[in-house]
Amino acid sequence: MQFAINISYIVAAILFVFGIKMLGSASTAVRGNRISSLGMLLAVVATLARSNLGYEWIAGGILTGALIGFIAAKRVQMTGMPELVALFNGFGGLASLLVGWAEYEKARPDWSAYLDLPENDAVPASWFSALVIVLTIVIGGITFTGSIVAYLKLSGKIGGKAAGFPGQKVVNLLVMAGLVAVGAFFSIAVEEANAPSLFLAMVALSLLLGILGVIPIGGGDMPVVIAMLNSFSGLAAAAAGFVISNTVLVVAGCLVGASGLILTVIMCKAMNRTLGNVLFGGFGAASGAGDRQVEGEMKAISVKDAYYVLEAAQNVVFVPGYGMAVAQAQHAVKELAEILERNGAEVRHAIHPVAGRMPGHMNVLLAEADVAYEQLCEMDDVNAIMSTVDVAIVIGANDVVNPSAVDDESSPIYGMPIVNVHQAKTIFALKRGQGTGFSGLVNTLFFRDNCRMIYGDAKATVSSLVSEFDG
Amino acid sequence: MELILLLFTFTLAAFLGFELVSKVPSQLHTPLMSGSNAISGITIVGALIAAGQVEGNLSKWLGFAALVLASINVVGGYMVTNRMLSMFKAKQND
Repeated sequence: MQFAINISYIVAAILFVFGIKMLGSASTAVRGNRISSLGMLLAVVATLARSNLGYEWIAGGILTGALIGFIAAKRVQMTGMPELVALFNGFGGLASLLVGWAEYEKARPDWSAYLDLPENDAVPASWFSALVIVLTIVIGGITFTGSIVAYLKLSGKIGGKAAGFPGQKVVNLLVMAGLVAVGAFFSIAVEEANAPSLFLAMVALSLLLGILGVIPIGGGDMPVVIAMLNSFSGLAAAAAGFVISNTVLVVAGCLVGASGLILTVIMCKAMNRTLGNVLFGGFGAASGAGDRQVEGEMKAISVKDAYYVLEAAQNVVFVPGYGMAVAQAQHAVKELAEILERNGAEVRHAIHPVAGRMPGHMNVLLAEADVAYEQLCEMDDVNAIMSTVDVAIVIGANDVVNPSAVDDESSPIYGMPIVNVHQAKTIFALKRGQGTGFSGLVNTLFFRDNCRMIYGDAKATVSSLVSEFDG
Repeated sequence: MELILLLFTFTLAAFLGFELVSKVPSQLHTPLMSGSNAISGITIVGALIAAGQVEGNLSKWLGFAALVLASINVVGGYMVTNRMLSMFKAKQND
């Protein structure tokens, strides 16, 4: 029976591998997700085949969780998906933490009996169990609270600004050092009487670190943090796998951990900053360097005049940013895009990798608005043809179109790849007001000769443009 | 399973994970994150074992809570991913 279970785990792992691979291409992605869910089902069924389980508890637990998950996933609006994924991620982290804890509680009464159990054949000594339990608790705890904070930030329930506090770096370092110390003591002295209090201290510190680590991160850096927490939840599962010597947990957890890490690195490259800088740099909070006086002034244009320019345009690019999400303008954008196409223009939507608050945020919004997949273009593809673009319409995007990244070496965003809208013939920047926007950096794009500002709520502005065409 | 084999598997899985994801276009980052998040619900396996134990009180409760949470993660995760992906797919068929 154990053999059959292990074979099933291998098959499940294979299904996960194929699932992830297929998620990487639009034509196979839906099947990939289904195959991966089959792998999960197989892993669950195989585990249920173990002989020593109490099925009433299990049935109750699964049904409760499945129901909650089902309802939440069904009812969430498309625009609320990024934060829901963050929330689920947190739950996964907490689940791993609890599994590690449950195992500790199982071992605590009698360590020698625990180590003698057949499934613990591979465990060399109690310190090893303790060590992997430490890892599970720490990673799981940070994932949990970090993800909850991310959820609160993404859903706007707490401030999105980079809320640095004085001595933040020191406090974080202290908590981390504390965790390492407690973890080490716990591992060495796990069979001693004070181990449980060390354990609880570890849980508390991990949860604290998750909060402290994510709270100071500005909303614009959220995509990186989400990707990282995603990776952590996988690593927490892998750690739990080491705790209970379970192969499928180790493999699947590690797959997720590695893929999340790659995503994080991709995100960081897209912003041209190191991960350390994102996590500890407090980018949004320390914006002194970029505030130089810019020559020229921001010129506004009326909707009517903008209409005349658009009416004559043959090649238009939309560049959406977080502002479009806030204004919920994506449907209006779709309407305008359609009208422009009927008018004879080529229309594209240029999606910068870190536009929005989560990787692919803009894609999800535009897909919800029924924008054709082929019109969603990657930054590099659009940059290649930017000089032939008649009008670039920037909607609520700021840093990702700021030419300071290209020509101002003193700017904090220097070197970050951007959508080169400044190379288009004309730029319309839709903004609510004259403020500096999220990062607090002055955007030199707005001062350029070929740029015109259209002030007002993005949705209202785009809708007025649509009316101009219709009228 | 022997510890060293477990570590070996872990290492291989890490390299595999890197390879699988390094070429995903940014359009698919959100479904990929959602999909891999669902897979991280594999913790459910550990939760099943912990919750299903016949002895132990605290262990059982911890396992039960873990089971509820992991189930939310798994079911919710796959469904959300599916919703996102079907949006993208529908466009292609237009």
